[in-house]
Amino acid sequence: MFKKQTIVIQDIIKLGLLAGLISLSMSVIGFIALLGERELIQNVISMGHVFLLAPPIALAYISAEKVLSQSKVKATLFGLLLGIITALPLVILVILASSFDIRQFLVNVSPELIELLTFGQGIFLGSVILLLVSGVAGLLAAGLRTLPDDFREPIITGLAWVFLFGLFSEILLGRLRSIFGRGLTKLIFSGKALNPLFTVFLFIVVAALRYWSKRRRLQAEERGESISPERQQRYQRIRIVLGVVTLLLMPLILGTYLSEVMNNVGLYILMGLGLNIVVGFAGLLDLGYVAFFAIGAYIMGILTSEGQLGLGFTFWTALPFTVIGSTLFGIILGIPVLRMRGDYLAIVTLGFGEIIRILALSDMLKPFIGGAQGVLQIPKPSIFGFDLVKPEYLYYIILIGVLLAWFISWRLRDSRLGRQWMAMREDEDVAEAMGINLVNTKLLAFATGAAFSGLSGGIFASKLTSIFPHSFNLIVSINVLSLIIVGGIGSLPGVVVGALILVGLPELLREFAEHRMLMYGALLIVMMLARPEGFWPSETIKRELHAHEELEMGSD
Amino acid sequence: MAILEVNNIHAYYGNIQALRGISVTVEEGEIVTLIGANGAGKTTTLRAISRLVNPREGSIQFDGEDLSQFKAHELVYKGVAMVPEGRGIFAKLTVGENLDMGAFSRDDSANIQEDLERVFDLFPRLKERRSQVAGTLSGGEQQMLATGRALMANPRLLLMDEPSMGLAPVLVESVFETIQRINKEGTTILLVEQNAMMAFQVANRGYVLQTGEIVLSDSVENLRQNEMVQKAYLGVE
Repeated sequence: MFKKQTIVIQDIIKLGLLAGLISLSMSVIGFIALLGERELIQNVISMGHVFLLAPPIALAYISAEKVLSQSKVKATLFGLLLGIITALPLVILVILASSFDIRQFLVNVSPELIELLTFGQGIFLGSVILLLVSGVAGLLAAGLRTLPDDFREPIITGLAWVFLFGLFSEILLGRLRSIFGRGLTKLIFSGKALNPLFTVFLFIVVAALRYWSKRRRLQAEERGESISPERQQRYQRIRIVLGVVTLLLMPLILGTYLSEVMNNVGLYILMGLGLNIVVGFAGLLDLGYVAFFAIGAYIMGILTSEGQLGLGFTFWTALPFTVIGSTLFGIILGIPVLRMRGDYLAIVTLGFGEIIRILALSDMLKPFIGGAQGVLQIPKPSIFGFDLVKPEYLYYIILIGVLLAWFISWRLRDSRLGRQWMAMREDEDVAEAMGINLVNTKLLAFATGAAFSGLSGGIFASKLTSIFPHSFNLIVSINVLSLIIVGGIGSLPGVVVGALILVGLPELLREFAEHRMLMYGALLIVMMLARPEGFWPSETIKRELHAHEELEMGSD
Repeated sequence: MAILEVNNIHAYYGNIQALRGISVTVEEGEIVTLIGANGAGKTTTLRAISRLVNPREGSIQFDGEDLSQFKAHELVYKGVAMVPEGRGIFAKLTVGENLDMGAFSRDDSANIQEDLERVFDLFPRLKERRSQVAGTLSGGEQQMLATGRALMANPRLLLMDEPSMGLAPVLVESVFETIQRINKEGTTILLVEQNAMMAFQVANRGYVLQTGEIVLSDSVENLRQNEMVQKAYLGVE
């Protein structure tokens, strides 16, 4: 639909109805009404209205892009039309709800929803207002698209910040209160909603900063100034120092709850970095990756547990065994699947993952690893007799693990081994003809991946103090694979971004209860449509996508 | 002494016999061609020599050494390089990176640099496109790249699998000119081709394969005169 170069009025009607259907669906499942109770800006707009109007705004903005070249006025008017059409299905819903008792079919069409849709102004006047508001929203979105980049980008950045502040207000509120005290927090938030004055202030500051920084960069470019290598190096160093300081102070800023979230994200980053080597670098699709996480966790659990099963190791003495043990299992799994490729490999590794989980659950091994009861009383790590009980302390152990894995991945990527992986991923036969030993190359990929995952598992066991077989099911493997795809396959920063989005974001959206996964799913779909290469793609992938564009241009 | 001696090899894909006793000899400095229709066993013979297929019977000797003791990836260290069928370039890497991968087996960086110059001399187009992604090259350029990459291993024997496949006639000409040039510079070549006419122009000797067997082997001059070859492969009525 968006591929077409020009858009005619029929397309606008179609897009409008599409947006209307999305808004309608969100309304009848109760999502909009739930969000309606939550104000984004105090006494101005609720989250419900934001989400209700998001589809026409998004589609009007996108469609205006296509009409822009014809005429700016036309683009803007199309936006208005699109917005009005969007509201039609909603108006029909309002009229139906007032004439019939449709709640027996659609239980979520509550009086609250109708009030939200009609702005509390009754059926007739409310419907008119709804049409107008939706139309104006479309008009503004399309109008925004017609503005020159200099103004458009700052406005969008400002709006995005306001939205994010409002969306995560509960979390922000808690942190601001404990860092700056109640007085300042009251200036920013009224309840969970943003203070209107602060909203304006935030928008202007963010937009102005964006405008100013862009202008400065442009002016520097115009003057033909290029930043000297020394200065670039100095900037780079400043950035690294700032990054390190932020990472070190993170638990203080985040507090206990968010630190715990960050720890989960960190464990997934560790796993992601490992799987990134197996899938991203070496091109071996492994769906049983959770097995190594489980093995790491069980080795740590059994070695350190203070219960019946335990062998009395400390966290630190057990850690090397955890990593070595899971590496060995990586090689053991690697050997039988050496000759497998692609889909077959995926299925076999999937089976391996299940075998490990079922073995952990089995009665046969129960005397050694606890069966369904799992391993209990695993101590937390301690340093010099000081137990690292709080998430804020554990954070540092995970941080060290992640940095280590990152460093190893980064060095390996540009090494001879990294090139072997790359060649193998591209074409196994040709790689072999180049003199690459596929057996060693594959086993090294599995072993390195397993080592990172085992380390993650070991820390996980110690963090939770008890482990159960059901923590190690298929969904963990799928999550890790998803996060490297979302981040950008083969890319190290991509793993971090992917983990933050897939593991961190659902935690932050807890407030939205059962609709959390809906938002998360919608976000994933939109993201894969908009950025199929991932949020932070590696150079090779970027080049590949770019190469296709070149080809398309060439064939015109 | 022959640089390559393939002696009565039988190879199977599962239960299907692909090669029924193939014997091929290549002398140092020669260009030898294997011609035949689809499914005659040309590619399988090459795959057997490069150890991607394991023959059940027979022996393959390279420079007096039995190749069955080596793995596929070790061959390039022995001096056997392959230009695979359908070119098999690393499409996502740049031209330069592809050529670097060709020299993967070597650690004599000074000579590698020299060979890179030689490849660029042979294929000036590759030098122009050094930083371009290989997947965006034209078919002819990809063939050049695959050949250049194999030469980066500085092989004594070059195995080429249908270098003319899918190329425009003009390009086919230039591919065969290059093959001749590479040979003159001292590399022995075993060439698998369907395009017998072109192969005969560059080769010294040829083998004709049919359903996994060699039905004819002779110098190209004699093969050209052979009635069966004329009919089946050269299109002479």
